Amino acid sequence: MSFLDLKNVTKIYPNGTKAVHETSLSVDEGEFMVFVGPSGCGKSTLLRMVAGLEDITDGDINLDGKLINNVDPSERDVAMVFQNYALYPHMNVYNNLAYGLKNRGIDKKTIEQKVNDAAKLLQISEFLQRKPSMLSGGQRQRVAMGRAIVRNPKIFLFDEPLSNLDAKLRIQMRLEIKKLQQKVGVTSIFVTHDQVEAMTLADRLAVINDGIIEQLGTPIEIYNNPKSLFVAGFIGSPQMNFLDGNLKNKTLSAEGFEIRDINSDFEGDVTLGIRPEHLIQSDNALINLKVELVEQLGSDNLVYGQLKNKNDFCYRCPGNQKVENGTELNLQIDENKYYIFDKSSGKRVN
Amino acid sequence: MKIKPLQIIAHIILILGVLLMIVPIWISFASSSHDSVTILTEGMKFHLGDQLARNYNEVLNEKGGWSEEVTAAKMFINSFIMALGIATLKVIISAMSAYALVYYRFKLAVPIFWLIFITLLVPLEVRIFPSYKIVSDLGLTNSYTGLILPLVASATATFFFRQFYKTIPDELLESAKLDGANAWSFFIDFLVPLSKTMIAAMFIFMFVYGYSQYLWPLIMTTAEEYWTVVMGMKIIYTESYEGVALPRTAERFAYIILSMIPPVLVVVFLQKWFIKGLIQTEK
Repeated sequence: MSFLDLKNVTKIYPNGTKAVHETSLSVDEGEFMVFVGPSGCGKSTLLRMVAGLEDITDGDINLDGKLINNVDPSERDVAMVFQNYALYPHMNVYNNLAYGLKNRGIDKKTIEQKVNDAAKLLQISEFLQRKPSMLSGGQRQRVAMGRAIVRNPKIFLFDEPLSNLDAKLRIQMRLEIKKLQQKVGVTSIFVTHDQVEAMTLADRLAVINDGIIEQLGTPIEIYNNPKSLFVAGFIGSPQMNFLDGNLKNKTLSAEGFEIRDINSDFEGDVTLGIRPEHLIQSDNALINLKVELVEQLGSDNLVYGQLKNKNDFCYRCPGNQKVENGTELNLQIDENKYYIFDKSSGKRVN
Repeated sequence: MKIKPLQIIAHIILILGVLLMIVPIWISFASSSHDSVTILTEGMKFHLGDQLARNYNEVLNEKGGWSEEVTAAKMFINSFIMALGIATLKVIISAMSAYALVYYRFKLAVPIFWLIFITLLVPLEVRIFPSYKIVSDLGLTNSYTGLILPLVASATATFFFRQFYKTIPDELLESAKLDGANAWSFFIDFLVPLSKTMIAAMFIFMFVYGYSQYLWPLIMTTAEEYWTVVMGMKIIYTESYEGVALPRTAERFAYIILSMIPPVLVVVFLQKWFIKGLIQTEK
């Protein structure tokens, strides 16, 4: 049995909404697991059930070999970092960190030691006497993490902790969280709707949609090998291009082109997915793109345009390649890197 | 710096307002320092006289009432105890009932809240006979408990605390839970310090409310040792004194001035807290 084990965990709210369907998942000790999905997909509910802040309608949660379904949140030995930090506004930073320890009846000297150690680790030692209202967003974030670290819990839970920070600070804190987790080595679950955050932080990633884990795996596995239309569309930026097509006798015919010898016996309506970065300009092209807009990111150019059938399409090329508005590009798919999904079920078929 | 006409007008209005509040008090105070004959013959005074110490000493220490035993000092103490008890208990009970209403999401929380709120429509004066019956059946007439207890429930304060608790984000409770706080320690460690300002404000209002009670102590107390200041104002100085029927106007003014001091002290003392809470944004 692994460190954290969720077995057929289900959440149905009193009004009948089913937020989490029979979900099973295990997290190993020291692992950094990320739940990613659009808002309202049930990822936060799942996290809050691990924390004990939501009741479990059905199923079992085991932490460190102990069933914790009915254990009070205060006794689960979990720490959580909230989206708006939930710092205690009337206490200074020191007391914010010390409060959880005091409640556990630890003696004053040990508390002081632990708080100072955590403060040093997070570089907030000089703010210990300040109130949270006198700190900047990044500092508050650190205090919130300090409050989690200082208790040395079995598991860290992060509920979209970076979404209140500005873009630059978010990237910085993202790195710091990752480094810190590696240094402290505590099992962590991180909830986010931002797929870049998810990709960069995760040891393993769970893509959640409508209360169901659509796919579970390392970030690179999920990126290279999405199992469903939803995962394919959610992971990767800019989003994967989707084209309607039909698969018959191992031949895919989309509007305007055909791909032969496809490794699938599926027949019927399909959706063809191609990532913008898996295209190259070539003379014997499949796709003809009329350029409407170019976003120059420096390292890359994002080329947006339309195909012949007026479908929107995106192509990513190196930044040194010059592309003019209004020109037409001939594109070939890079080394068979395309994904075919059953149009009705959204399942991958190739 | 140029002073704008609008500012001058604003200042004039403010100064007029201040005068409106201060002048009657000053006249009372000035008048309390003359002897009664001067006031009766010459009217109220704007300047200080020479009888200040004598008048105040007389008011505080002269034994009055039918039994000739109760002094004004004793009545001040009674009123202070009553107001303090009412204000303290009102704040505690309201804060706790609001805590229950907001955080324990039991089914009838909303109807119960409205039931509490409706009691605003039934002030003590309306239910004075049933209240008296209950208190006298419990044998609490002529006691501080009897003076305080029927007045300690407050719909207004419960309402204000409830509204305040509702603005406290849920994450704070959840975070505290994960930090091992139980229901009681969340109240003491979080809600009480966070609502300091609210507590100070409520305490001031409720103290003044308790201090100015008239009808209830009047009905409740037959023993003079439980008389309160507001009752005394009516009783002591409307009596004629040993046949020589000269109204003791100067002493009345002294009594009025003295009776203002306790509420003023409470306001002055708690105002520091009050303003501190207003300046420091705690969010």
